[in-house]
Amino acid sequence: MKSFLGRLFPRGGKPEFGTPGPRVAGGELPARLFGVIAEFANAEDLLHAVHESRKEGYQVMEAYTPYPVEELNDAIGHGPSRVPVLVLLGGIVGALFGFGLQYWTSVVAYPLNIGGRPYNSWVSFIPITFECTILFAGLAAVLGMLVLNRLPMPYHPVFSVPRFHLASRDRFFLMILARDPRFRAGETFRFMETLGASHVSDVED
Amino acid sequence: MQISDRPPVIAPGYTPGTVTDKISAVVLNKTPRWWYVAFGVSFIALQLLLISMAKLLVLGVGIWGVNIPVGWGLAIVNFVWWIGIGHAGTLISAILLLLRQTWRTSINRFAEAMTLFAVAAAGMFVLFHTGRQWLAVYWLFPYPNTMGLWPQFRSPLMWDVFAVSTYATISAVFWFVGLIPDLATLRDRSKSPVGKIVYGMLAMGWRGSARHWHNYEVASLLLAGLATPLVVSVHTVVSFDFAVGIVPGWHATIFPPYFVAGAIYSGFAMVMTLSIPLRKLFGLEDFITMRHLQNMAKIMLATGLIVAYGYAIEMFMAWYSGNQFEQYMMRNRILGPYGRIWFLLILCNILTPQLLWLRKVRNSVGMLFVISIVVNIGMWLERFVIVVTSLHRDFLPSSWDMYTPTRWDWAFFVGSLGLFFSLMFLFIRFLPVISIFEMRTIAKGVDPASADTKDMRGRA
Repeated sequence: MKSFLGRLFPRGGKPEFGTPGPRVAGGELPARLFGVIAEFANAEDLLHAVHESRKEGYQVMEAYTPYPVEELNDAIGHGPSRVPVLVLLGGIVGALFGFGLQYWTSVVAYPLNIGGRPYNSWVSFIPITFECTILFAGLAAVLGMLVLNRLPMPYHPVFSVPRFHLASRDRFFLMILARDPRFRAGETFRFMETLGASHVSDVED
Repeated sequence: MQISDRPPVIAPGYTPGTVTDKISAVVLNKTPRWWYVAFGVSFIALQLLLISMAKLLVLGVGIWGVNIPVGWGLAIVNFVWWIGIGHAGTLISAILLLLRQTWRTSINRFAEAMTLFAVAAAGMFVLFHTGRQWLAVYWLFPYPNTMGLWPQFRSPLMWDVFAVSTYATISAVFWFVGLIPDLATLRDRSKSPVGKIVYGMLAMGWRGSARHWHNYEVASLLLAGLATPLVVSVHTVVSFDFAVGIVPGWHATIFPPYFVAGAIYSGFAMVMTLSIPLRKLFGLEDFITMRHLQNMAKIMLATGLIVAYGYAIEMFMAWYSGNQFEQYMMRNRILGPYGRIWFLLILCNILTPQLLWLRKVRNSVGMLFVISIVVNIGMWLERFVIVVTSLHRDFLPSSWDMYTPTRWDWAFFVGSLGLFFSLMFLFIRFLPVISIFEMRTIAKGVDPASADTKDMRGRA
């Protein structure tokens, strides 16, 4: 069970999360580099940059786009989504809950003779079982999506990038994180400038 | 692939950037003057609902015209009418998504909002028709109460409670999930500090990363797959409320499919009634084009014909059953004291929509608007005919009686329109009426800077 949950919600190793830096005496946090971000005009340039970065040996990166780009998730090396598993579990739990509720109340807790029907009138219990299946599966889809996306998250270092608000308009961003083993402060910055980006900037933690 | 002589789903010349600016401007610009007038009128009607509710809570359902034998009056007519209207929103957002109909993109957001508000209006009626609402809880919802009682799950009324509450919940989360990326867009565009904070909190930190989008896409597709059987089940269960009873005029196996078709029919009529003024007032004709109106007109025509088939089968079965009560019910429905309503229903629901066969009518915004309102009225009359004419003369002539709605019946109906339109006007003022991020995926096809011409789900 632990390994299963661990696979669903792995700790660490996620490209989007930096570990907090060491605190310096005096309370002042040093300006720590979180990554380097490059801005592109379209999805093709972004995908090209992702492929080039992977070829260069970078592994820990994240891309930001104004609309879903299908190939991007695979190109960047994120695995398949775990939402479907959660939805399946939600549906199974919902079906068991729905039928169990009706069975227990109608057979065990409060048996009533309704027109001579058996206490376990399972045919009449199907509609509510179905509705509970949909309800639990649907909520699992929504909550699963939010949890797997680590939302809500009020602050993230990319929000401090001055042009990042354009990621919700028509610009495409690629960030290589400082946690990447291949990451070198100046070198990565210069590498990203060769990818055809319109802007490259540091992202501070 | 789009056939060239059809109007486009989006006017030419838009890029993801300009689409974003144009739709978010509707929310972020100054409130137009007409909005205050429209919201004000709806809000006054909403007050009428609150007054009627207070009156009903004090005096009971006796303020309505219901009595034996007609125990279900306008409250149930309005409930079925409202919940039916909701169905088009789910159909557009879920079924048309699964069928990869890209034209749904510009109407799905406000159609979903319409669903949500229509279900709110419908839920209000079922709650208030129970009479003593503060006691209704223990026989409607399974919770461990001090009396040790549990609901009776073999009753379609219990199925209805679960179907409608599940539908309301799933519609709400589906709608909210669809809004998240657009809330992030508004967070990034808003100039006012309040807007930034409120949209920012609602967007929950959405960044549009590759991981975000991937989980998001999978979740929305699964939700669409779940909502599709759900929406069919909801009106099926609503029809069971009637069909499982033995009352002539209700006890028919045609009811589930015929109710679902009628629900979609009235829902599309309402989407049309709302979208025609909306596109005009906000200048969104480039996004909600004639193509959308034509497609909706065709769906209305198709579902309207299914409804007509349902009426025909009801009549045929009444005759073919050889059952004198069924036969009398049908004769009474057409020639009895409520006969004029039946003829009006046929005029509104069956005859008028046949005009939609003509291309000229489908191309006329004015005609479509009028027909959509006529269909809305027709569908309301259909529920009135089903509920009232079946009940008022059943098996025992000694218990026959007439049902006349009182002014409080009508006050509830007008009030529910007020509730619906107040919520609708708040929605179109504060949230994007068209899904911005999905419009970007349509606009990118015409972006000269991009060679990618695939559709919104990334497939050619």
